[in-house]
Amino acid sequence: MRVLSLSAWNDLESCARDVAATPHDVLRAPETGLVMLRGRMGATGAAFNLGEATVTRCAVRLGDGTEGHSYVMGRNGAHARLAAICDALLQGRDTSMVISEKVIAPLEAKLQAAHVETSTKAAATKVDFFTMVRGDD
Amino acid sequence: MYVAVKGGEQAIDAAHRLLDEERRGDRSVPSITLDQIAEQLTLAVDRVMNEGSLYDRELASLAIKQARGDLIEAIFLIRATRTTLARFGYAEPLDTQSMRVKRRVSAAFKDIPGGQILGPTFDYTHRLLDFSLAGDVEPAEAARAPSALRSDMPRVLELLGNEGLMEQPSAEAGEPGDLTQDPLNFPAGRDLRLQNLARGDEGFLLALAYSTQRGYGRTHPFAGEIRLGTVEVSFTPEELGFPVVIGEITVTECEMINQFKGSATVKPQFTRGYGLGFGQCERKVMSMALVDRSLRAGELGEERVAPAQDEEFVLSHSDNVQATGFVEHLKLPHYVDFQSELVLLRRMRAEIDGAKDRLEAAE
Repeated sequence: MRVLSLSAWNDLESCARDVAATPHDVLRAPETGLVMLRGRMGATGAAFNLGEATVTRCAVRLGDGTEGHSYVMGRNGAHARLAAICDALLQGRDTSMVISEKVIAPLEAKLQAAHVETSTKAAATKVDFFTMVRGDD
Repeated sequence: MYVAVKGGEQAIDAAHRLLDEERRGDRSVPSITLDQIAEQLTLAVDRVMNEGSLYDRELASLAIKQARGDLIEAIFLIRATRTTLARFGYAEPLDTQSMRVKRRVSAAFKDIPGGQILGPTFDYTHRLLDFSLAGDVEPAEAARAPSALRSDMPRVLELLGNEGLMEQPSAEAGEPGDLTQDPLNFPAGRDLRLQNLARGDEGFLLALAYSTQRGYGRTHPFAGEIRLGTVEVSFTPEELGFPVVIGEITVTECEMINQFKGSATVKPQFTRGYGLGFGQCERKVMSMALVDRSLRAGELGEERVAPAQDEEFVLSHSDNVQATGFVEHLKLPHYVDFQSELVLLRRMRAEIDGAKDRLEAAE
């Protein structure tokens, strides 16, 4: 679920194109609503309400009765639907392996690479302090 | 007798058509795309998300385009949009401890574990116009370090806390209040104050924060730690019953260190102010942290003498959608109100003239 939600729609679509064709009933058509995000006072103290975010959810049922659910930030109904189908397939013994290997693993690698890129660029801006020695003795 | 007057429908339609044309500008210039706004006017988008109190880059970009770059108008559009959407629930509190850091600086300690990470900042630029940006010159790619940053960046205030020099953050106190569900009442808890400040006008908070620095309720602040980066958002859907990650957002966080508070039982400690906001919004969260600390005056036993310490004043005037609504409504027709004032003024003047005439006649 984490990888499916975090991945960009283009990446999910290209990795899970075949998955979209899996026969399924839509239990809940993609629906966009709000989730209130929270912070903590002083980062670790009591919670407070920070502001909302758009979230799209979807629920599907496969032919064998397995249900799949998704909640994805943003308003992309196709993303939520594809994530819900993947979620359902991830619960089947046989299909789980395929989805993990064909969809989740490459998406996770892509996310990881993006994180490394961001982090190494930030790391390049790390300050090296040096001391100016004043006077001769 | 009150006579309702209608009219102006055609004028309003024509005004809106004219607005549409003016928004478009010179048609020989390509129309700006939402992608361009989202990618290149990033900080404007962040401000609209913050004060619109809705994290959605696409919607904020659309609002900026529709509002012709008037950010308060864009914020108004976002606030209106959110009222059309159902609330699915509350997310788990963001864990900024596990933030994937893009920038992290402390003005209190030079050598902090994890280091000073400048990130994408305007600081240390010369504030000279860069005329190369007037053209189409692509910038060089950002430099990369051989290895990534450590993922467990220690918190500066926690280091002080471990020594007992820093007050502990406010402890969990049940379900936080929500301004979008219940009207604000005074005295307001710190949870409601922070929610109000998080969606408050950046300019208003900046001015208040500045006033505390200039002596109106001074709090002696140091920027203990400022962080910018991404955090994952977890939410527990009813039908699943366990938290799932539904996405990630960029946030800026500021922890201010302020002067001391002690008591008969607790030795003096530093006190703290907190700021958190959507996107990259350093000025906003620094201001928020200063004002948050000022508003804790009552709790910390300080005399309330300055505007920034007066929660009713601050919280009632921080919202720019409310403020602009009340100020700008003055331009809408007030013909009847004004007529009554006119009648009143004429009567007052006539009475004075009448009294004068009577006085002269008597003489």
